[in-house]
Amino acid sequence: MEEKEVLIKVEGLSKKFCKDLKTSLWYGVQDLVSNIRGNKNERLLRDKEFWAVKDINFELRRGECLGLIGHNGAGKSTLLKILNGLINPDAGKVTIKGRVGALIELGAGFNPILSGRENIYNNAAVLGFSKKEIEAKVEEIIDFSEIREFIDMPVQNYSSGMKVRLGFAIAAQMEPDVLIIDEVLAVGDVGFRIKCLNRISDLLNNCAVILVSHSMPQIARICTNGLLLHNGQERLITNSIGELVEQYYKVFTDNYKSNEINPFGIDIYDIKANGLDVGDNELALNLKKGEDLELSFTFKCPLDIKEFSIHLPITDEQMIHVALTSSLENIGVSLNHGDDIYVKCKIPSSFTNGKFYVGITIIETKGGPNHFNIGKILYKKENCFKFYVRESPLTTSVPIILNSNFTVEYE
Amino acid sequence: MQLETRIYQKENNLKIGKLLKDSAKDFFDSHFLAKQLATRDIKAQYRQSYLGIIWAFISPISSAFVWIFLSATGTIKLNDTGVPYPIYVFSGTLIWSIITEAINLPSSNTNAARGILTKINFPKEALVLSGIYKLLFNSSIKIGLLITLIFAFGVGFHWSLLLFPFAILAAILFGTTIGLFFTPISLIYTDIAKIISMGLSLLMYITPVVYAIPEDGLMKMVMELNPFTSLILTARDLALGSTPEYLNYFCGVFAVSALLFFIGLLFYRISIPIIVERLSA
Repeated sequence: MEEKEVLIKVEGLSKKFCKDLKTSLWYGVQDLVSNIRGNKNERLLRDKEFWAVKDINFELRRGECLGLIGHNGAGKSTLLKILNGLINPDAGKVTIKGRVGALIELGAGFNPILSGRENIYNNAAVLGFSKKEIEAKVEEIIDFSEIREFIDMPVQNYSSGMKVRLGFAIAAQMEPDVLIIDEVLAVGDVGFRIKCLNRISDLLNNCAVILVSHSMPQIARICTNGLLLHNGQERLITNSIGELVEQYYKVFTDNYKSNEINPFGIDIYDIKANGLDVGDNELALNLKKGEDLELSFTFKCPLDIKEFSIHLPITDEQMIHVALTSSLENIGVSLNHGDDIYVKCKIPSSFTNGKFYVGITIIETKGGPNHFNIGKILYKKENCFKFYVRESPLTTSVPIILNSNFTVEYE
Repeated sequence: MQLETRIYQKENNLKIGKLLKDSAKDFFDSHFLAKQLATRDIKAQYRQSYLGIIWAFISPISSAFVWIFLSATGTIKLNDTGVPYPIYVFSGTLIWSIITEAINLPSSNTNAARGILTKINFPKEALVLSGIYKLLFNSSIKIGLLITLIFAFGVGFHWSLLLFPFAILAAILFGTTIGLFFTPISLIYTDIAKIISMGLSLLMYITPVVYAIPEDGLMKMVMELNPFTSLILTARDLALGSTPEYLNYFCGVFAVSALLFFIGLLFYRISIPIIVERLSA
């Protein structure tokens, strides 16, 4: 396949910022003066300055999408601002070809007093549309936003969702060669979000796209390349999104607390995962290809429970429940309080690459075998421990692969 | 189709001629955006107000009344102005208010656009141009009022009145040019705007706004050197049909402003990225 043209080329890009406001302003004045004289000298860090972005290099062709990820303050927004031409770099060079569209701020230039219709003209003009273009597209914009009923109402009476709808509907009319997207897309209701993503997918084929997001499934779904920033530096630049996502999680120290709900004073001990103790120090397991997860623990319940089941909910890094294992088929009974109850569970390796958390829930359960009724929670602890899956055969935005029976035959 | 290529790097190593050309091109190309922004601001301003247009001239009119009152009651004694004093004061304060508004225009308009400046890349010249459009709108109201007063006070029509709008345009150009050079630094330090507004209120006293140039003495010399004098007097003379005495000085000021305007615009253009950087991390 023929390689498409390079639309974005970034070479040795660096940008510094100042930590102190007063000093920053004074440097601003100095820069104003030196800027007039051309200022060709190499720029070194002055007192109280740091490199917000340091020595970034990459190329992006039409049809490619670069996922730009990193922790807060890693320099993503600064990089976007330079690419968008809002601020100039302190070293290095950016070459961009074609029309640049930026989905960084929706609804720029809106005036709250004016009606939605009037503000379509304001925002579209700021985005670089001509009067003719706007007049041709205004109906399409109103239809896309789905707020025709309120289009002549002042924007200040819009809900934030409606404002975003209108803002995106206008921005969606751009036909850029280079598209820069900041995380603005995580807005609006579900229906509209899907509409936005569809529109972006349409654009993807004909653009070079740079997407900033903290949502790894989104990155994995859309991007072809990835750039991981860490403290302004290029930690990783790759074509393998799986590797990118994995590196991204390594950057973080875990903030997830394991919260316990324990109304009846259940005592849990000897929690073991693949033979290792899960103590107070949160344990992180690394699962290799095809490796199952074996969990065991013992608990003691001070009161009589007739019927209970044990659930091990599994969440992904965004704290979304992705799977549940439960002992429903094997309802336990503890009449004689004080008994030690030993639980053992084997979770098959159906996960794709990523990071997962396992919690423990003990819950009163009645009924069966075709239908169970869940009663009160006896014990619940989210995120008892975490495990990473590496070298799974597949990296996708979907966390679980179901065991399924395929038949693919030639007839 | 050849794609437009943009290069961002630290130096402005483009030739000054090319930069000037780009800047001028963006200035004139951004006509639609500027008009859009100007109508947006004007509409929003009047939609939220009952007195509306009155605010455009209430402040110069009220300061004119103060002076008319002081003079009529004999509290202060002023030199003969050659025309009815009220019309002299009204024309002075109205023209003066246009000039001061022009000086503040680039910085106030840029400041109001902080939100989009740090988010969206658009031709920044549009902000200056939209400021000029807003000022032209306000000025035309003031000019209309002034012409009404000219007839009301019986000064009557002179052919030179037709040239008066051009004198106002020159005054706007002069003020905007001064403003352009102050804008970058006044966006960094809020002190600058305060210094300018204080400076202008003092400057009014060495400009023949509410009283005429004295016959002799230090004040006469200072006033005659002051470039604002030539603007105010020429505009007023054209409006009232007197002979413009400072026409040469006026033409000189106009020529220099016209030249400096584009330099100022260039300075504004290359300064904006530095300002944006300091406005928002």
